[in-house]
Amino acid sequence: MSSQLFIQTVANAIAASGMLALIAVGLTLAFGVMQMANLAHGHFFMAGAYTVYALYALAGWPFWWAVAAAVAVGALLGLIVERGVFRPLQGDVVSGFIATAGLMFVFEVLVGEIWGWGLSRPIPSPYMRAFRFMGAAVAFQRVLVIPFAVVSIGGLMVFMRRFRLGRALRAVAQDPEAAALQGININRMTALALAIAGAYAGLAGGLMSTIYAVTPSLGGHIILPALIVVVVGGMGSIEGVTLAALIFGFVMTFVTTLVDGVTAVMVSVTVMALVLAIRPQGLMGRVVA
Amino acid sequence: MSLHSGKRLKGWALVPLAGGILGLCVLPFFVRAYLIEVVMMYFIYIILAQSYRLIVTVHDWQLYHVVLYGVGAYTSGMLAKSAGVPVFFAIPLGGLMAALVGVAITTPLLRTKGWGFYIATYGLAELIRLSWLKFRNPFGGSTGIIDIPWPPVVAGIDFSEGVPYYFFSLGVMLLVLYFLYRIEKSHLGDSFKAISMDPDLAASTGIHIPRHRLMACAIGGFFAGIAGGLLVHRLGAVDPKLFNLVTMLYLLIWVVVGGTKTFWGPIIGVSVMHTLFELSRPLIQVRPLFFGLSMTLVLIFMPGGIEGVLLKVVARWQKRNRLPTAET
Repeated sequence: MSSQLFIQTVANAIAASGMLALIAVGLTLAFGVMQMANLAHGHFFMAGAYTVYALYALAGWPFWWAVAAAVAVGALLGLIVERGVFRPLQGDVVSGFIATAGLMFVFEVLVGEIWGWGLSRPIPSPYMRAFRFMGAAVAFQRVLVIPFAVVSIGGLMVFMRRFRLGRALRAVAQDPEAAALQGININRMTALALAIAGAYAGLAGGLMSTIYAVTPSLGGHIILPALIVVVVGGMGSIEGVTLAALIFGFVMTFVTTLVDGVTAVMVSVTVMALVLAIRPQGLMGRVVA
Repeated sequence: MSLHSGKRLKGWALVPLAGGILGLCVLPFFVRAYLIEVVMMYFIYIILAQSYRLIVTVHDWQLYHVVLYGVGAYTSGMLAKSAGVPVFFAIPLGGLMAALVGVAITTPLLRTKGWGFYIATYGLAELIRLSWLKFRNPFGGSTGIIDIPWPPVVAGIDFSEGVPYYFFSLGVMLLVLYFLYRIEKSHLGDSFKAISMDPDLAASTGIHIPRHRLMACAIGGFFAGIAGGLLVHRLGAVDPKLFNLVTMLYLLIWVVVGGTKTFWGPIIGVSVMHTLFELSRPLIQVRPLFFGLSMTLVLIFMPGGIEGVLLKVVARWQKRNRLPTAET
């Protein structure tokens, strides 16, 4: 591996980590607050990517407006899933999990029918420039996601610790009944958690839409790495997910560059199995969930 | 609701059962060859769904069952093709391999719980499926394996023909259903149900939970492997795409829509949903939308599935006739 390729791969790995963290943090938040796992979460990411495709590539909106719309679309989908699926099934973890498996089919067909099946949708890159660093060129567009991931996840950590609303979310995660006794409206908290989850996935999808092949099956491809990150990080732990996203961002990017994408997934699940065999609660999870 | 529900089917239930089996026996002599192939797939899917339900009775809603089905298919196909093992021996060996793989996937992750367990085991199973894709040398890569031997001629009957294979798979299905029914009604089956109802209480009565979960996983995996063997020696080919998450979602749809409370739920699920699947062939693009939505809506509005509705109807009918309530 030449030093140029190495630097480029490191940059790609950090970008992949940022994207994985943005997706997985929402999954873990939803799990922490309502013990619900959302298999259709990868489709929120896909919805973000398609929003940018429709508004930026087709309708000619400025790129950043389209990304903002992707965030809104993700949040809206999160609210719909919370209200339509998770709330009626509250307390029934298995049913919630399987019900969102059904939603995977629903979202995929809707997107395919609206914007077409088959080939990926080309989205022109709004930024053609590249960073030059020690002889390596790192495309601006590729690493765009990094500052957003740092700011939004850092912001979420501060929000959960310092703000009343964030503390209320944590209270619901720890003990919903005790939280309700404190006058916290649980339904409003679960809606908030899912809206944040959807918004973050939509943001990741919007920012990465110019890099990824945008097809209706995108959601199904992205969900396995995201779920691996969540279980390895420790379910419900934002810090753990961030750490795991860094690990798997590097593992997946380096193995993909050196060998191929299939091997990258194979190595990732092996790492996951090793971690969970030793620490069933994940790296930073407090309880076996 | 009593946990112990008699060892035998009651007399009145045997009549429709015998009628159904008789109907399946005369069916191939009255329909086109294509329909025989279609009905054969029901047999395979019923074995698959019913073996999955056994694992569901210990509450392990794992997402890797179709990979075990694939392990059975690949093992049986490769043994028959490359090692020259007779097909009728290769199929049970495929089942055995699937059971072993199921145990190998589950054992290291037994300490994870809930959806941590579902995701982690699914990840490991994906490792197996991707290795079929990755290693062209024994597994054939994305195109899979072709020219898998048909079953031989036994006692003058050529099992590579449609009708004999139809009866062979019907026989295997009935045998598998018989075994699974006996397990369901045995002490072991009761222990499984106890674990899904209240694991702590079950453990306190001396049920070794990890061992029972592994046992359910091995038995279910074995029969899933048998289903894979039946499939591969009829198709004559196998590839990794047959066993991906989409197939797993359809398996979930059969089981959830049919219901898992009684033994008959998955059979109802396969019968209804696979029929709708076959009928909706012209709508191939939008078909997953309907099936995905049906599963989500059933979970929200009809949690027991079709079977749950039937049980309610029967219970009401019996109440009106002042008979003892239905056993579940």
